[in-house]
Amino acid sequence: MKSDNAGTAAVTTVASPEPASRKRTISSYVVRFREVGLMMFIVLLCLLIQLRNPSFLTLDNINDLITNTAILSILAVGMMLVIITRGIDLSIGATLALSGMISAMTVSEYPGLHPLVALLMGVGIGILCGMVIGLLVSKMGLLPIIATLGMMNVYRGLTYLISNGRWVSAHQMPASFKELGTGTILGVNNLIWIALVVYLAAYYFIAHTRTGRQIYAVGSNPEAARISGIQADRILWLVYTIMGGLAGGAGVLWVAKFASAQGDTATGYELSVIAACVVGGVSIAGGVGKLSGVLLGAVLLGIINNALPLINVSAFWQMGIQGAIILAAVLMNAVIKRGVDRNNLMRRRI
Amino acid sequence: MEPRVLENRQSFSWRRYLLQWEVMLLALFLAINVMNANLSEYYLDFTNLRDAMMGFLDKAFIVLPMVLVMIMGDIDISVGSTVALSAVIMADLYRMGVPMEAAVVICLLTGTVCGWLNGWLIVRFKELSSVIITLATMIIYRGIAYILLEDQAAGGFPSWFSHLGWGYIGPVPIIVIFFAVFAVIFILLLHKTVLGRWIYAIGSNPTSSRYSGVQVDRIKILVFTLTGLMAAVAALFLTARMGSTRPNIATGYELEVIAMVVLGGISTSGGKGRMIGAIIAVFLIGYLRYGLGLINVQAQALLIIIGMLLILAVMLPKLRLTRKKNA
Repeated sequence: MKSDNAGTAAVTTVASPEPASRKRTISSYVVRFREVGLMMFIVLLCLLIQLRNPSFLTLDNINDLITNTAILSILAVGMMLVIITRGIDLSIGATLALSGMISAMTVSEYPGLHPLVALLMGVGIGILCGMVIGLLVSKMGLLPIIATLGMMNVYRGLTYLISNGRWVSAHQMPASFKELGTGTILGVNNLIWIALVVYLAAYYFIAHTRTGRQIYAVGSNPEAARISGIQADRILWLVYTIMGGLAGGAGVLWVAKFASAQGDTATGYELSVIAACVVGGVSIAGGVGKLSGVLLGAVLLGIINNALPLINVSAFWQMGIQGAIILAAVLMNAVIKRGVDRNNLMRRRI
Repeated sequence: MEPRVLENRQSFSWRRYLLQWEVMLLALFLAINVMNANLSEYYLDFTNLRDAMMGFLDKAFIVLPMVLVMIMGDIDISVGSTVALSAVIMADLYRMGVPMEAAVVICLLTGTVCGWLNGWLIVRFKELSSVIITLATMIIYRGIAYILLEDQAAGGFPSWFSHLGWGYIGPVPIIVIFFAVFAVIFILLLHKTVLGRWIYAIGSNPTSSRYSGVQVDRIKILVFTLTGLMAAVAALFLTARMGSTRPNIATGYELEVIAMVVLGGISTSGGKGRMIGAIIAVFLIGYLRYGLGLINVQAQALLIIIGMLLILAVMLPKLRLTRKKNA
């Protein structure tokens, strides 16, 4: 129960099964069954797409879809933590490109390097990038939007400068490195395994460790968290560092999967990640967010990106649709939150 | 101790005056010009310096209202997309045979509607920050621009329209005259009208200003609408200068505009800053870019410099404040 409700704990702690809760509003149902609803929506969407194009729900395409969603879902975990602390990180697309570019250039220089070393190196670069942002946000008190907007450009510029505007393409990378993104274990793509590991680790971290719980505490009420002895600035720093590390790792996976590293890799990808989070019910106001929701949000985004070409919608619609989804999800979250708050107030009166 | 007390009583101190953000900006601006002049022999040339303004003043139209937005403690990161959408709708209509004059009006209307929608959403959903709302509309506006024009370019405007971007009245470029007029209007608006005082009040404390009878919601909608309108004005000049438009124009404008505003001394937490600072910052960044462009610094290195400038500009006043607190 506790672990399952990890995210909404802040909101629904009052909701104990007592007679007064007979008068449940719609929004409290939405909160309780949000994941089920999202899942049903996804199923419905899949069926509709399947009607338009029967090649959608084939084993091959599903495998393809999940593999493509893996990187997005890994990043969404980090973004969830950042948004829970009331922040936002616009720099991850650039961090991803930077770490991907550096690791791709390294493996093209030293083809004998073990791919896992390259992956670790990417994570390390990402952690460094994230630490800088975390430092700016937590110690210098910069607004997350300003700090990440600024550093986004710095990292993107560095990517171009380091590569001199050139690409690292497929033939420059050793096969063992590309295997990282295309190989399979037990018939399942490596990326999916990695995403699985990330999700399990994240689940343990946010539901069963003290630091993980403190992230939610800082997000739902920074003042109260500070008074109860939580070092909020350390938590903030940690959150951006984790985000950076995940983005760095994702950069290596991205480059290995698409077998090319470019200066403009993953431009604007942060928007998809944010979309996955808000669709999955992570509240921009902080303190609320569940891994299950974020995973479903990532899958929904993945399906939309995968299915648009299949049902003959021009790729140019993708951005508009994504924006509309973000706006709708954010507004819906706000409306639901209002309903829940009202519900709690009503209960208090009795 | 004694002299310090005396010093505090003085109403005017040269030291305090010179340590003002705007004065320091001006000094920095001069330093950059000296640096540029030393770096390239082609820099100090009246015609060049004048024509360089045509290259960066289009963003400056957005800086003016963005100062108001940020003094209110909000932020608008959808401005780049608003520029793109207004420009694309104008070009698309012109391509379909609508007269240019009407297309220009519709361009301005588009920007206004985009800005109004931002403001309306922010006021209607107070629990959501302006960051996330304008982030969503940023994607939507540019998304619509892509839907309309896909990856094509639209152009071939009549000559009077491109005159807007490249023309002169006497020795002065048209865009400079327009900017000067708008700058004066905005300075007066912010510093000499009740509305301006209210904007500062909202930024310092929205709740108390609402209780004191300031119509916070209306003013917010008005300021965001104004931002959209000015983004459309920027779209006009940008399109006129480029001669054609694409859905990806003005990418990253939000960064530069916000960097200019923040460098101009406007606090990101609202309530502080002056219009003149932002205007100096426009010229500072503009001429820095121009000078570095003359000595062939890559565009990507400029990206880094502007990103760092943004971060430094926000950090510096905070460092100064903390030192004061410690002392």
